[in-house]
Amino acid sequence: MHIKPFDLDDTIQELKRYLPTQGPLKDYIFQNSLACFQDLPFHEAMKRSSEIFGYKTYLDLKDFRALYEKGEIRNDILDKVILENKDQVSFQHWKNKLIEHDYQIRILSRVGVLRDKWSKFLKIDLDKFVHINLFRIIGAYLDQGISIWNFPSHKQGLRASLADLEKNSFTSFFQTEKAKSLLLDKNIDIKYLLSILVGKEELYFQYLFDQQFAHPGWSGMIAYLENNPHTLLDKRAVSLKDFIFLELLLEIDVLEHRYAGKWTPLGMLSKVEPKNLFAPTRHPEITEILRMWQEAYEWSYYDDVLHHLTIQENVPNQENASFQALFCIDDRECSFRTYVEQTDKKAETYGTPGFFNIEFYYKPDGGKFLTKLCPAPMQPNYLILEKSNKFKIKKEVGFSSKSHGLFVGWLVSQTLGFWSGFKLLRYIFKPTYGSTSVSSFQHMSATSSLIYENENGEKEHDLQVGFTVEEMALRIEGLLKSIGLTSHFADLIYIIGHGSTSANNAFYSTMDCGACSCKPGSVNARLAALMANREDVRKILAERGLYIPEKTQFVGVLHDTAQDLMVYYDIATLSEENRPKHLIHQETFEKALKLNAKERSRRFMSVDTTQSLEKIHQAVQSRSFSLFEPRPELDHATNSLCVIGGRWLTKNVFLDRRAFLNSYDYQQDLDGQLLLGILKAATPVCGGINLAYYFAKVDNQKFGSGSKLPHNIVGLFGVANGIEGDIRPGLPKQMVEVHDPIRLMTIIEHYPEVVKRILETAPATYEWYMNDWMKLVAIHPETKQAFVLKNGDFELYKPLKKHTKSIADLQKLVESSHENISTHQIISA
Amino acid sequence: MELFLHYFLLIPFIGYVISLLISSKNEFAISRLAFITLSLQLIFAIGFTIKWITIGMPSINLKDFSLYQVDDYDFFIDLYFDHVSAVFLVLGAFLTFLITYYSRFYMHREQGFKRFFNTILLFYLGYNIIILSGNFETLFIGWEFLGISSFLLIAFYRDRYLPVKNAVKIFSLYRIGDIGLILAMWLSHHLFHENVTFGRMHNADLVSHLLQKHSWEGFFISFMILIAALVKSAQLPFSSWLPRAMEGPTPSSAIFYGSLSVHIGAFLLLRTHPFWEHQISVRILIGIIGVSTCIVASLMARVQTSVKSQIAYSSIAQIGLIFMEIVAGWDDLAIYHICGNALLRTYQLLVSPSIASYRIKEQLYHFEPREKTLEDSLPKKLEYSFYILSLKEWNLETIIYQVFLAPLQRFAKRFRLFQMNIGIILFAVIFIAGLILLSFKNDLPHFWKNYLPGFYAFVGLLMVIKAFTERRNVLMSWFMVMMNHFWIALAISINVHIHYSTLAMYLTGVIISGIIGYFSIQKLKNIEKRITLARFQGHSFEHPRIAFIFLLACLGMAGFPITPTMIGEDLIFSAVREDQYFLAFFLSISLIVDGLALVRMYARLFLGPHVKTYHSIAHKSS
Repeated sequence: MHIKPFDLDDTIQELKRYLPTQGPLKDYIFQNSLACFQDLPFHEAMKRSSEIFGYKTYLDLKDFRALYEKGEIRNDILDKVILENKDQVSFQHWKNKLIEHDYQIRILSRVGVLRDKWSKFLKIDLDKFVHINLFRIIGAYLDQGISIWNFPSHKQGLRASLADLEKNSFTSFFQTEKAKSLLLDKNIDIKYLLSILVGKEELYFQYLFDQQFAHPGWSGMIAYLENNPHTLLDKRAVSLKDFIFLELLLEIDVLEHRYAGKWTPLGMLSKVEPKNLFAPTRHPEITEILRMWQEAYEWSYYDDVLHHLTIQENVPNQENASFQALFCIDDRECSFRTYVEQTDKKAETYGTPGFFNIEFYYKPDGGKFLTKLCPAPMQPNYLILEKSNKFKIKKEVGFSSKSHGLFVGWLVSQTLGFWSGFKLLRYIFKPTYGSTSVSSFQHMSATSSLIYENENGEKEHDLQVGFTVEEMALRIEGLLKSIGLTSHFADLIYIIGHGSTSANNAFYSTMDCGACSCKPGSVNARLAALMANREDVRKILAERGLYIPEKTQFVGVLHDTAQDLMVYYDIATLSEENRPKHLIHQETFEKALKLNAKERSRRFMSVDTTQSLEKIHQAVQSRSFSLFEPRPELDHATNSLCVIGGRWLTKNVFLDRRAFLNSYDYQQDLDGQLLLGILKAATPVCGGINLAYYFAKVDNQKFGSGSKLPHNIVGLFGVANGIEGDIRPGLPKQMVEVHDPIRLMTIIEHYPEVVKRILETAPATYEWYMNDWMKLVAIHPETKQAFVLKNGDFELYKPLKKHTKSIADLQKLVESSHENISTHQIISA
Repeated sequence: MELFLHYFLLIPFIGYVISLLISSKNEFAISRLAFITLSLQLIFAIGFTIKWITIGMPSINLKDFSLYQVDDYDFFIDLYFDHVSAVFLVLGAFLTFLITYYSRFYMHREQGFKRFFNTILLFYLGYNIIILSGNFETLFIGWEFLGISSFLLIAFYRDRYLPVKNAVKIFSLYRIGDIGLILAMWLSHHLFHENVTFGRMHNADLVSHLLQKHSWEGFFISFMILIAALVKSAQLPFSSWLPRAMEGPTPSSAIFYGSLSVHIGAFLLLRTHPFWEHQISVRILIGIIGVSTCIVASLMARVQTSVKSQIAYSSIAQIGLIFMEIVAGWDDLAIYHICGNALLRTYQLLVSPSIASYRIKEQLYHFEPREKTLEDSLPKKLEYSFYILSLKEWNLETIIYQVFLAPLQRFAKRFRLFQMNIGIILFAVIFIAGLILLSFKNDLPHFWKNYLPGFYAFVGLLMVIKAFTERRNVLMSWFMVMMNHFWIALAISINVHIHYSTLAMYLTGVIISGIIGYFSIQKLKNIEKRITLARFQGHSFEHPRIAFIFLLACLGMAGFPITPTMIGEDLIFSAVREDQYFLAFFLSISLIVDGLALVRMYARLFLGPHVKTYHSIAHKSS
C-alpha cells in the first residue's frame, strides 16, 4: 500500500478540513456538518464519512420502518424508489429486505484504531490522563471571561506562553523533567515528538488524526480560532500546531512517568501496520438499504408538496394593496405571512434574506466591539454607528465574579444569598424578563438614532462610516428588484427583520436571523426603511426606472419570533396621512401575531392550543423568558423547503412552517441574473441550516451536542459536559428532536433551461444541487409542471398523488395535531 | 406534636414508592406526584416549625421502633429535632420543591424523566432521614440513600463515558466517608455501652466523664466523624470530587452539589458538636482543615474556566468558612451561612447557562482587556507557581489516588498472580477448617481465639479484592463478593458468641441477593454471549430491566439500609470488641471494597457507551 511521506503542514491542512468548523457560542453559524465531503455525491459522502469517522449518517433502520408503518413513508413512493435503483426482477427481493430483513449494524471508524493500540499493548488509557490537563490548559489560555485569575503569561502563542510559565515556576504542568525540557528546547518540533512517541514515520499522519479526533470539539475550536482570530473579543494567538505539540508532550509525559523511560514507541510495538484512512470505502448492503429508505422518506414528502404547488393559480398582484410587508426568508416567518394575508386580504407580503441587501458592521452606542450584520461569508466595508442609546445593562449579582471570592463570597452568601432564594421563587413561578434573558429588542434601542450616511468619507476601524447616497440607492434598488416589487407601491411598506428571545440559553445566537450572522435583523430593517424613505435615494431610483410614489413610506420593524411581538421604528416620521393607516395595519399585525403564536403552540407541551388567543400569546411569551424552558421556540426545526418565486405559489398552501420563502418575479428577470444572486445567497444559508439539522438529528451525539440539560459553559465560547468533557459544537437534542431529517428542496419558478444555464456559471452553488446535498425543482412558469434536477438534467416530475387536501379553518387544523401536518390547500371561507 | 415528625419521613417515602409504580411514559403523573409530595412536605414543614417555635423550641427526641433486638443489642430508629433540624428541614423542602417544579418543564422529553424524579425523591427521603435522625444508625440509613442516589444522578447520562466514570469514582470516595461513620458507630457503641442517641450526647456531664477516661476513643470517634463530614462536604483533601459531580442535568447538580448534599458534612458536625467540642485537638484539626480548604479552594475557584466548576469551588471555600464558624462555636452564624450559601449556589447553578449571554453582553460595552488581578502583585515566580498548582487542582486527584486507591491496586496486582482453581480448593479447606474450629471454639487457646477472627476476616478481604480486580469472569466475581460475607460471618462467630438468628438474618440477605444477582448475570450472558468486566458495556441501553434488578441485588449484597444484610452488618460491628482495631480495620476495608466491587460490576455491565454501535454514541471524551 502506498502512503504519502509525512508532511506536517499538509497534515494540519487535512485535519482542519475534516474537523468541525463551529466558532464561539456568540456567533453561531449554521453549516453543512459534512462540508468536507461536499465534493462527493450525498449518499457516497454518507457512506464514506461513516466508515472513516464512524458517524451515523441516516435515521435508524427501525425508525424508517416505523415511518413506513405510520404511512409517512408511502408505499407507492417506496416502490418507485426501488424501481429507480433496482430492476424489475429483483424488486420483490429488495422490498423484502427493506421492510423485514434483520441487519446487524455496526458503525466502526477507521480513525482511532491506531491509537487504540496503546491500551491494547500497554494497558494504559492515555486519554484519561492527558485530556484533563490538556483541556484545562487550553481552556485557561483561551478563557474569555469566566476565570477571575487569567492565564498569567501571554507571549506570542500557546507554546511560548507555556514555556514562559514553566521557566519561571517552582512547579510544573508535567510530571517528568523530560517533558518539561522538551517544551523549553526551541529546536524541538512536532516531528521530533512524534518520533519519540510513534517512531515510524508512515504512521504519523494516522496518529495525528486519531489523536485530534479523540476530542474533535477542542481541536475544531482551535482550528477555527486560528483561521478567524477576530471572533474572540479578548484576542488570543493560538494554532493547531501548538495545541498538537502540547498534547504530544503530555502523552510523552504520562508514558515517561508511568514506565520511567522504559517504553517502546507505538510504531515499534509488534503488529502495527500503517493504514490509509482515506482509502476507498466498502459497499455494505445496509448502506444501499438506508439510501433507498432516505429517498422514499423524502419523496413521500416532496411529492405531496409538489402536487399542491403545481395546482396553484397565478393571480396577478392587486393594484391597490392595503400595505406591503417584506419579511426574511426564514421558515419561521412562513406561517406569520399567511396570517397577515388572511387577516387583511389586501395585504401583500414578500420574502428576502433578512439583512435586506445592506451589509455592514454595527457598533452600538458605548459598545466596544463591532458586530457583523449580514450573511457570514460576506466581508462588509461599512460601519453603522448608534447614538444616544438609553439602555442600561441590569447588573446581576449571581453572575458577578466577586461572589466567588472568599470574603465577598461570604458577605454575598450571607445577604444576597437569601435574596437569590426569593428571586428564584419569583423567576420560577412568575417568569419575567430579567438578566438571564437575551432579547432581540435589546440589540438596538428603538429611541436611538443611527449614523448611516457618509458625506466626507469618514473612516473608523478601517471601515467607511455609513453609506453614500449612491451606495444606498444601489442597495435599495437591488432589494426591490430581486423580489420583484418595482411598481404598484402601497402607501405603507413594512420591512420586517426578526430576532428572538430566550432565557438561560447558551445557544441563544442560533435563534436570531441567519442572514445577519445570527444576530437580530432590527438594524438592517430600520436602515433599509430609512434609506428607502430618503428623497435623494428615490431620485436616483427614479432615474433607474423605479418610481416610488411620494406618499409611500417605509417602516422598519423587528419581529421577535419567540414572543411573537413586534416593535416599529421611527414611527414619528410617518405622514399625517399614513399615521391612521398604520394604526389599522398595526392591528392586523397584532392579530396575525396571535394566530401565529397559536400555530406555534401546537408543538409546546406547556401551552394548550385550544385556549383563547390572548392566553396562548401570553403563555408563549412567558415561555420565552422562563429559566426552565429548554425550548423557547423551535427555531428552524422541520425545515424542508425553499421556494423562490411569486407568492401565488405558496399563498394558499399550508406548509406547516417548513419553508424558506424568497420572493422573485421571473418575468422581470428572464435571463436569470437576479436569480443567480438569490441562489448564491440562499443556497448556502438554507442548505447550511437544513444540513446542520439533518446531521444533528441523525447522530446527535457526534454532530450535535447531546442533551443541553447537563451543559456547562466553558470560557464563554463553548459548552461541554461536566468539567472534563470535550467541547460540543453542534446543535443540542432539544433543538432537533422534532426535526425530520429531509434534505431541503429548492423550488424555483422559472424555465428549467434558464435555471440550469445560470447555475452552471456558479460551480460553488451548483455543487449543492449537483451532488444532491439539496434537491432542486424548477416549476415551469407556463405549464406549471415540475422539473426535477437529476444527474445534471431537469426531468419532468409528475406527482404520484393527485389528492388535494383542503382546509378552510386554519385554527382547527393547527389544533388537530402536535405532529407534522401535511401540506393543505387553504380555501378562503 | 412530636409524632408529627414521622410525617416528614412518611411523605417522601410514600411519594418515592408511588413514583416507582407510575409508567415512565406518563410524564405528567410523575411530575405531578413529585410536586404534590414536595408541596405537602413544605407546607407541613413550615407549619410544624412555626408551631414548634411558639412552644419554645424544645429539643425533641423520639425513640421510634426497634428494627431488631437481641440480648443487649437494640437497633432502633430514633428521631431528633432541634433548631438545626428545623432549618435544614425547611431549607431542604423549599429547594427541593423549587427544583421539582422547575424540572417538570426542564426535563420534558428527556430520556430517563422518570428515573430522574425517582432519584430526586430517593435523595430527598435520605436527606430527611439524615436531618431528623436521632442516632448514628438512623443517620447512616439516610447517608446510604444519599450515596446511592448521588451515584445514580451523576451517572444519569449513563450512555456516556465521563458521567459513569465520575460516578464510580465519587461513589468510591463516598465509601471512605461511610466507613468513617461505621467505625464511629462501632466505637461509640462501646464507649457509651448503648446505641447512643444524639440527645444523650448533649448530656455534657456524661460526655466529659466518658472522655476523661477514654480520651483516645473520643478522639478516634471524632476523627471518624470528621472524615465522613470532610468527604460529604468536599473539604480538603477530598475537594476535587465536587466539580466532577456536575455531570447530571443542571437542576440536579444545583440541588445536590450546589446546596443540600454538600452541606450535610457541616450538618454532621453541628449534630455531633457536643461530643467533640471539648476535645481541643479535634477542634484544632477541623480549624486547620477549614482554613486550608478556604485558601486552596478559593484559589482554585479563581482559575476555573467553566462556570459549574467555578461555582463548585467557591462553594467549597464557603463551606470551609462554615466549618471554622462551627469550630469557633458560632453555630447560629454557621446555620445562617449554610442557608445563604445553599440558596446562592442553587441560584447560580440554575442560571449558569445564562452566563455566556450575560457576560458577552456586558463585555460588548464594558470590556477591559486583561484586568489586573490580585496575584499580579506577587513575585512572578511565585505567581506562576501558584497559578499552575491551582489549575492542576493542587494535585488533589493524584493525592487521593495515591493514598487510598493505589495501595489497594498494588495489593491486588500481587494477588492477581494467584491461580484461581488452586485458590478455590485452598479456600474451601480453610473455610471448612474454620467451621470445625468454630465447633471447638470454647476449647481454643487464647492466642488462637484472638487472632483467628482477624485471619478469617483477612481471607474474606482477599476474596473481595479479587472480585474487585477481576476483568473477565463476571460470575466468579459475583461469587467472590458473596463469599466474602460468609468469611466475615465465620470470623465473627469465632470472635464472640453470636446468636444464630442474627447470623441467619445476615446471611439470608446475602443469599437472596446472591441468587437474584446470579440469575440476572446469567440472563444477560445468555442474551449477549460475551460479557466482561474489562470495560464499560452499556447494556442498560437494551436491557434496562435486567439492569434495575441487578442493581437491587447489588444493593442487597452491599448491605444497603433496610435490607437484612445491613442490619447484619451493623450487628457484626457490635460484635467486634473495642480493642480489636485490626479486626475492625479488616472488616471495614472489606466493606469498602465490597461496595466498590459491586458498583464497578454494575457500571461495567450496564453503564457507559454501549458496545453495540448501531445507534448514536458519543465520543468517549464528550
